[in-house]
Amino acid sequence: MEELGNLMHGFSVALTLPNLGFMLVGVTLGVLIGVLPGLGGANGIAILLPLTFSMNPTSAIIMLSCIYWGALFGGAITSILFNIPGEPWSVATTFDGHPMAQQGKAAQALTAAFTSSFVGALFAVLLITFLAPLLAKFALKFGPAEFFAVQLLTFCSFVGMSKEPPAKTLASMMLGFALAAVGMDTVTGQLRMTYGIPDLLKGFDFLIAVIGLFGIGEILLTMEEGLAFKGKSAKISFKVVLQTWGEIARHWKTFLRSTAIGCWMGITPGGATPASFMAYGVARRMANRPADFGKGEIQGVIAPETAAHAAGTSALLPMLTLGIPGSPTAAVLLGGLLIWGLQPGPMLFVEQKDFVWGLIASMYLGNLVGLLVVLTTVPWWAAILRVPFSVIAPVIIVICAIGAYTVHSSMFDVFLMLAFGVAGYLFKKLKYPLAPLVLALVLGDMAEASFRQAMLLSQGSLGIFWSNPLVGGIAGLALALLVWPAFSAIRERLRPRSDSPVPDAT
Amino acid sequence: MNEPASASGQEIGTRWPELAVAAALMALSGLVIADSLRVGIGWADDGPRAGYFPFFIGLLLLAASGWTFIVQLLRWRAEDPVFAERSQIGLVFAVLWPTLVYVMLVHPIGIYFASLLLIAYFMRRYGKYGWTAVTLVSIGVPLVFFLVFERWFLVPLPKGPIERLFGL
Repeated sequence: MEELGNLMHGFSVALTLPNLGFMLVGVTLGVLIGVLPGLGGANGIAILLPLTFSMNPTSAIIMLSCIYWGALFGGAITSILFNIPGEPWSVATTFDGHPMAQQGKAAQALTAAFTSSFVGALFAVLLITFLAPLLAKFALKFGPAEFFAVQLLTFCSFVGMSKEPPAKTLASMMLGFALAAVGMDTVTGQLRMTYGIPDLLKGFDFLIAVIGLFGIGEILLTMEEGLAFKGKSAKISFKVVLQTWGEIARHWKTFLRSTAIGCWMGITPGGATPASFMAYGVARRMANRPADFGKGEIQGVIAPETAAHAAGTSALLPMLTLGIPGSPTAAVLLGGLLIWGLQPGPMLFVEQKDFVWGLIASMYLGNLVGLLVVLTTVPWWAAILRVPFSVIAPVIIVICAIGAYTVHSSMFDVFLMLAFGVAGYLFKKLKYPLAPLVLALVLGDMAEASFRQAMLLSQGSLGIFWSNPLVGGIAGLALALLVWPAFSAIRERLRPRSDSPVPDAT
Repeated sequence: MNEPASASGQEIGTRWPELAVAAALMALSGLVIADSLRVGIGWADDGPRAGYFPFFIGLLLLAASGWTFIVQLLRWRAEDPVFAERSQIGLVFAVLWPTLVYVMLVHPIGIYFASLLLIAYFMRRYGKYGWTAVTLVSIGVPLVFFLVFERWFLVPLPKGPIERLFGL
């Protein structure tokens, strides 16, 4: 099969010594980022992105994606040992992971978590290997109208499927679009919404927004919990690893279910966080003893970790083939691709074979390296977290500030980061989802460009979005998802009230 | 339940923050709409004008945040979930103000010295460390960053008068 040949070629690209070195560095940094609050996957990659400008894009994306895998692994460590999720997608892992640690089974919990992550990621990468080229070929048929329809679908599904109030999701997304529109309009050259402030000429950079929203905002939120980390300790011996592997092999159905959930949530933009919660919920409902969940049931660790890692990895599938990131972190990676001058989408598979297949090959390797690294170094990470918050917090702030500055060498950006930090704090407290904001900020210009190109082709008629079954189908689905919350709310109202004393006559 | 939200005096409800954020978003949407009208929202010969897309974005933002605003007003008397306790807000500001000062100091005195001050402040004020530990870490960390960013990645960071004295 053509894919296997390409994959082998990719391995030859990835297995060079420098790239292996980048993998190792990336994974280690990633675990560190996953473990520290305030430095999340999306945020950490955003900070390190400008530093990779001098590297060649293939090595850069290998390193950055390995940071992503490391963060996916690392979030579990603090969840299990400290009951503090290092990443939003590790929250569900705390439900059963920490009780297990409290019962002295920390090593089993950690092994289960890491192995689940690895399995989830492996499935997702296999999916990418075989599905991506197909999807890319399919996407070659896409014109601007189709691309806009897909982007519309993404945004509408966020509004429709979000568990936050749709008004807030919509507001958050529109804010992202508005921020993306500030600056010079590429088509007409006119300045939009700069209001005479020279620093706004270049518009709002999504990196600054991500560092502020997810970095500073996270620190401000963590501050509410006070300044102390108290956690359990753990050491993983080889015997425990083998034992745990034997034990979790019994739960292969959970693995399959969670992987499916994860891959689905990664591809349809949802991301690792919703995937982990959904998988946990499904696993609990399907379990023999649902009451055991929350008290240290190992399935409660397997399910969310598999799903989160599968989602995080498969989020790269639509990112590479269609230019639609499936998660906030994938959005940052997408931004990186654009900065390096690589246009994600079907042409990437045609024109940049080295890059794409080197990346895909590195996903296999990176996850393997990640699993090994993380199994062997748990005690170190636990030790780092014993460094008191009074030292870690200012250091993280400094890192964020440096990260914000290095994007455009602009002090204004650092102030902006702070403003985004406060906004991130407020938004999180008031349940405004951040993912649509970031997504809209990254995709805003592309979505607008697709829209305008489509309008150009159709000479101003909106009918182009219904002109053929493909684009019409996608657009229709988008609108359906958009009105879904309104529809189900109305259905709830119309349902007969069940609190009447008279039983229903059925 | 119509108890006043701050019955214990210790908690801050979400009502006012919700209104404030919704109002701020509405104001932002006003800026977006105003500028889009200025640039032009109609149709030129070759497609929509620059303000077309942002105009509708602004409208949607206005609608969405306006909805949130109105819903919050309608729910004014209902039970008010806790936004945060006063002590928690205090902690948040305890990080926010020093960070603001830090960012303001980066330009005049350079990022390395500003970082030194920030770390030292936190360690001293909240960690209650002795002066040896404080000095070691607050000098050590910026030094590491200097070596990593300036020498290894060759990325210049803002420097102030003291670095210029050293000829860096």
